[in-house]
Parts: sequence; structure tokens; C-alpha cells
Amino acid sequence: MNNRANAIWAIIFVVAAIFLGWRIATGNFGRVYVKSQQVTVNADDGSVAASWETHTKVPPRDHQEEGVSLSIPRTIGLWAGAILTLCIFSFLYGDNPFYKTAESIVVGASAAYLMVIGFWTQIIPNLIGNIVPDWTRTWATPGLDPEAKADYVYLLPLMLSIMLLWRLAPVGGWISRWPLAFFIGATAGFRLIGFMEADFVAQIRATIIPIWVKDAAGGVDIWASIGALTMIVGVISCLIYFFFSLEHKGVVGKTARLGIWFLMVTFGAGFGYTVMGRIALLSQRLEFLFYEWLWLDSPTADAVSGTASLIMPALGG
Amino acid sequence: MKRTAPLLIAATVGFIIIVSTFIPYTESWGEDSMIWFDILAAVAFVLGGGNLLKMNLKKVSERRPGWAYSAIIIAAFLITLTVGLLKVGTHPNEVFWNKPWSGDYIGEGSALWWIYEYLIYPLTSTMFAMLAFYIASAAFRAFRAKNMEASLLLGTAFIVLLGRTYAAIILTGWLPELAHDAEPSFFGQLWNGLRLEKLTETIMGVFNLAGSRAINIGIALGIASTSLKVLLGIDRSYLGTGED
Amino acid sequence: MYEFLKTLDRRWVFLLMFLAVATPILLKVTFPEKPSAMVMDVFNAIENLPEGSKVLMAWDFDPASRGELEPMASAFTRHCAEKKLKMYYMALWPLAVPMIQDSIRILEREYPHLEYGKDYMNLGYKPGNEGVIKVVITNIRKLYTTDHYGTGVETIPMMNGVTSVQAMDLIVNVSAGDPGTKQWVQYVATPFKKRMVAGATGVQAPQLYPYIPEQLIGLLGAIKAAAEYEQAVINGYPHLAKIATAKEGLRRMGPQLVGHVLIVLLIILANVIYFIGRRRGDSR
Repeated sequence: MNNRANAIWAIIFVVAAIFLGWRIATGNFGRVYVKSQQVTVNADDGSVAASWETHTKVPPRDHQEEGVSLSIPRTIGLWAGAILTLCIFSFLYGDNPFYKTAESIVVGASAAYLMVIGFWTQIIPNLIGNIVPDWTRTWATPGLDPEAKADYVYLLPLMLSIMLLWRLAPVGGWISRWPLAFFIGATAGFRLIGFMEADFVAQIRATIIPIWVKDAAGGVDIWASIGALTMIVGVISCLIYFFFSLEHKGVVGKTARLGIWFLMVTFGAGFGYTVMGRIALLSQRLEFLFYEWLWLDSPTADAVSGTASLIMPALGG
Repeated sequence: MKRTAPLLIAATVGFIIIVSTFIPYTESWGEDSMIWFDILAAVAFVLGGGNLLKMNLKKVSERRPGWAYSAIIIAAFLITLTVGLLKVGTHPNEVFWNKPWSGDYIGEGSALWWIYEYLIYPLTSTMFAMLAFYIASAAFRAFRAKNMEASLLLGTAFIVLLGRTYAAIILTGWLPELAHDAEPSFFGQLWNGLRLEKLTETIMGVFNLAGSRAINIGIALGIASTSLKVLLGIDRSYLGTGED
Repeated sequence: MYEFLKTLDRRWVFLLMFLAVATPILLKVTFPEKPSAMVMDVFNAIENLPEGSKVLMAWDFDPASRGELEPMASAFTRHCAEKKLKMYYMALWPLAVPMIQDSIRILEREYPHLEYGKDYMNLGYKPGNEGVIKVVITNIRKLYTTDHYGTGVETIPMMNGVTSVQAMDLIVNVSAGDPGTKQWVQYVATPFKKRMVAGATGVQAPQLYPYIPEQLIGLLGAIKAAAEYEQAVINGYPHLAKIATAKEGLRRMGPQLVGHVLIVLLIILANVIYFIGRRRGDSR
């Protein structure tokens, strides 16, 4: 980039920094308020057995209501989320330590999150809970069926699990092949059936449709018929393009070329839809920065009270 | 033992699942196999986490370039793991109030919830949101109407991009819409079909459907042949090189 | 000008995209939406169910696609709640549990008369991707011994008589990829002839069209369909128009229009540069 461009970028960043500084100095923003609620559990004799407080996020405009208070942990979290969002966006200007730091946090936290969720949702209730149900009920999942008995067949998946984790050991890597084979075999088994039924047989059946489509009055619906014929021709020509056992020459070549055209339209549609998706995601992140963090007049601030009519008057909103 | 047993396991499990689909008597065999599969999927998360920790610990201990980022990964990993496994900040299930570990592991207000809400959520969603910028850049740099195929792709993308927003109404809203109560005429349908939002529907429901269906059929055949190769022991690539 | 555009730094394109999306958000630009036939198919699939019908709400997405799919998930939740259907939430994505919690928060806040365990419940997440579907379609209790909160499923009233997903009257799936709509179609809707509607991301939606209408009654593809569905629900239940969060998808169509137009203009501009360059004999 030339010097003029650098100067323009510098001005843009300075303006953004001044705006942020102005918001910090003057505006109320970047705070999270919560409403506290006391949960009380009574014992069989009616006495209070246990109680604790739960906190629910409320819109900032309700901060003066009774029981609403500023949440320090969530406010810190909001700022952490906003700063990390900006760190990720900083990659657009170029690779930098802020981006790499944010990336490292998400890698580490996500991997551990998956481990935790796997432990509490599957390993404890479905593995340990089947082998030693009484013990599992005493601490982790007391809601397990009280009549459930130990099922020692589950020692086999436990053994396979240990063998899978053996992969982390410096020697005996082959041991993990057994559970891996189980995994691969099972995947091959259910995918074979699933794909053949839903993506092969059902798709062929759905393509064998009448070319003459009748309308409500019993006559021929010309446009629907053209659509049906085009679809059938499209499927066949695309399949011929995928078929490489025949040389793509003559009629086969021309049909294959038609197939390519159909595929290009498919990819064009895919591109259009992908753009749509990505912009929606960007909108959501910018809404987070503008509304949740910077409080630039959130259209959903009144969501809880349900009295907002800030947008879409044309829709009767 | 090292190579034959895995082949037998893969074939047995695979065929049990296939058979259980067709023979009701064996349905529970398939269910049990799939539950074991699901358990192994959860253990795979542990394996993944363990591997990440192992690799990054090695990088830090050897002071390789970028080791500081590995240290951040390890710290984020260990903190999340600890608060998640210990259910820090969760309240017990109200029914089982005397069992402190019975609560929701990601209940609102817990430490793991905080990590999700304020670290994982903003970071992962922003990473995907960034693709909006890159897709714009790619559109500017790579999309050229060099030939018929590229022109078709571009033309379709234009119609879909405009047809899926209010731009369709702005640009082609003047074309007549079909009246609900009247019998649609040939030309009535034609003019209506040229409205951008209708053209988009036609592209998606006819041309895209045909292309996607052919792709689906192709993939299904590919999956079927790969699966059969695995079950019959012809494809053994998952066993590795056999050097260990 | 030609030289400047030919060697344009991509950061200028990024800035344009930022402005294209940020400006309509700040100016709150929105447009009216008219539900398409496909969206009405989805709407009617839920609308025509009798009160008390069982609906599986399979939320298979994570924060990465929340901007696109949360409006659909929220609209599905509100629609089912208005219809007094029984909602069974479950997830195949590890990061999808908070998405379910968002939907449940809507029920707690806007439909306080609905009761957990009787009108809706959260089965939560189980690892295993389509392996989970393969179990729950024949035996849900073998895998889901408790709900997400640890309560035994046999003690939850709305689980009475529900031994598998086959007991559901409709599957509603919101999906960001695999496992998701494709797998629910492959392992539930096709072999067991279960009625199913889905909402999917823009990336995934075009690939799901071949399943319509035999295997999938209807599909909400990306944010545009989410906005149309929100409008359809508001048309059916006008009091929802007062709730700002019920119009999240509709709100996003403002930035969507400007963003799309920008992409179209960028492609046109790039091609103009290309053809000028070709005429001049430039190689790029």
C-alpha cells in the first residue's frame, strides 16, 4: 500500500479509537445487569433444606427495578467478548499477536469444553452409569432409573475406550486400532444403508415423475411440465458428466457439457446462498458490538417487556 | 492380532448394524453397537484434548517458535477443563438438592457457562463472520466471465443474490404477480416467473435440485463402495502403515 | 483509476463490506417480507398439527451459525408454543446446548403458563453424531436415561409413552451442517416415513433441495427464509409483532440487501476491469 492509503487507514483507526474513547468517557455502556431470584428447597418436614440465588440477565433499561443489580463477572465477560471479537477482526488488517492470542484461547477452551461435555453427557450416565449405576446415582446422576441394574457388558466399551486412549501412550499405538476399527466398521455399516436408501433409491424414485404435469382443472400445466422435464434432463446429464467409463465425445460429450452447465448453475446458487449466510453472521457480530457492548440504541432492549416497536412499522410491528 | 483383529471387528460391527436394520429380532444388537459407538465418540473428545495438551506441552518444553501461544492454549484448556469437570458455580438439581454434583454442567451463571458465553461464543462466531469479508474479496478477485460456464455461475449468483433480498421487489416488482383466484394464463405465469424472487425459486427448485440430486446420487454410490470395501477388508487404510 | 482498481488492496473491499453491513444495522433499515410457498409449507406443517402433538426440536447448530439460525429456532419455538404442541429439544452438536437454552428462555419468558416436563423438555446433547439418531429412532431411553438437567426420563410426564423418536408427530430440525438435516432425513424421515421440516444455513440449504417434498416437507434456507417464516408466524399470531426479538431475521434483511448489492457491484466492477485489461492486452 502507498503512503496515502496508509494515512487513510491511520485516520480510520484514529476515528474509531476516538469514538471508543468518547463512549468510555461519556456513555453508559458495556454493563450487564441481572435480576436475582432466591431458590428455596423445602425438606419433607417443611423446613428449608437448601437455598441459593440464581441470576437472570435483564435489559439495561430495567437496571433500576427491584432485585436488579450490576453483575461484575458478566460485565467483565462482555468486555472480554468484545475485545476478543475485535482481536479476531484485527486479522483482516494482517496477522498479529492479538489475533493469535484470541485463536489460542478458543482452541484450548473449545477442546476442554468438548472433553467436559463428553464426560458429563455420555461417559458418566451411559458408560459408568451402566457399569456401576448405584454408585453413579449417589453423586453424579441421581436421576438415573432407580431400578437400573449393573450391566457388565458395558465393560467392553470401557475396555475399547481405554484402548482408544492408549494412542496417547508412547508405545503400543496398534492397541488403539481395535476401537478405531469398531468406529470405522459401525460408520461403514450405517452409512451404507442410510446413503443407499435416502440418497440413491429415494432420489431416483423422486426423479421418475410425470413429464406432463396436470393443473387443478385437469389440463396440462405447461410451465410445471417444462420444469419437470428440465429437472429430469438435468439429473441425467449431470450423471453422464460424472460417468467417466465412457469417453466424453459425440452425444455423450454434448450431454456431459449440458451437465456441466447444470452444475455451474448449482454452484452459482450455492455461492449466492453462502454469501447470504456469511453476511447474516457478520450482522450478528456487529449487532453484538453495537448494541450489547456499545449500547447504540438496541432494537431488542425492550424484548423482555414486549413493548418495543422500534422497527418495521411497515409490518405492523 | 495387530491387523486381523481390527478387520474382524470392523466387519462384524458393520454387518451387525446392517442386519439390525432389516431383522427386527436383531434391532437391539444394532442399538447396543450404536451406544458403544456413541460412548467411543465421547472418549474421542478426551483423546483429542489429550493430544492437544501433549503437543502443546512438547512445544513449550522445547521452546519452539510460537511456544507462548501454546502456553495460552494449555492455560485455556486446563482452566476450562477444571471448572467444567468440577462444575464450578453450578447449583444442584432442585429435586436432588442434597447432591451437589447433580446440577446442570453448563447452567447459567456457572464458570463453564461464562467461558462459553464470553469466550467460545464470541470467538467462534467472529471467525465465521470474517468469511463475509473474504467472500467479498474473493468475488472481486476471482469471478470473471471468461467462458460460458463461468458466465452461468455468475449469472445464477447475481439472480440468487438479488432475488433473496428486497432488491428483487425494487428491480422486478413491476412485473405482474399471479392473481390467486384467477386461472393462471401461459403469459401470466411467464411474466410472474421473471420476477427475481420467482426466478430464484425456479433456479433452486429445478436447476439446483437437478445438480444437487446428481451430486447426491454420486456421493451415495461412492459411500456405498467405500463402506463395502471397509467391511470386506479391501480398504485397510485406517490400519495405518503397520510399522508399530 | 484503472490501475488503482486493478491493484486494489483487499482491505478496501473489507472496509466497504463493513460499511455495507454496519450502516443498515445502525440506521435500522428493514423491509417487508412476504412468505414464499416453501416457507408456507413449513409453516403449515406445524400449523396443521392438533394441539398436544409431539414435536422433536432437533437443534444442530452452534455459535458459528447462530446469526443465521437462531431466528429460525426462536420462530419455530414460538410457533409450537402458540400451537400448544409438546416440544422435545435435543442436540447433536456439542455447542448446541446453549442454543436450546435460548429457546427455553423464550418459553419461560413469553409463555410462563407452559410447564417444563409437561409442555416442553430438554433432552440435551449426546456425543456420537448420527450414531445418536440411530439409537433414538428405535429406543430413546437406552441413551437418554435422564434429561439435560439430570432428571430421570421415566419421571417426566411428557415422556409417558415415548419410547423412541417414532412417537413424534413432526421433526423440526435447525441445522448448520453434519450431523443435521441430512442425517435426520437419512436415518429417520426416509426409512420411518416421519414428517420433517428443517431450517438450514445458506451453505447447506441448496444441497437439501433434492429431499423436498418426499423426504422433507419444507426447508427454510438461510436468513431470508428465517425472516419470511418470522413474518408468517407474526401473520398467524399478530401479538408477536410487539416482541422485538421475534423479528430478528426480519431485522437482518437490511444489512443483507446492502451486502448482496455490494457483492454484485464488486463482481461487475471486477469484470469491467478484466474486460478493459483484456482489450488493452494486460495479463492478470
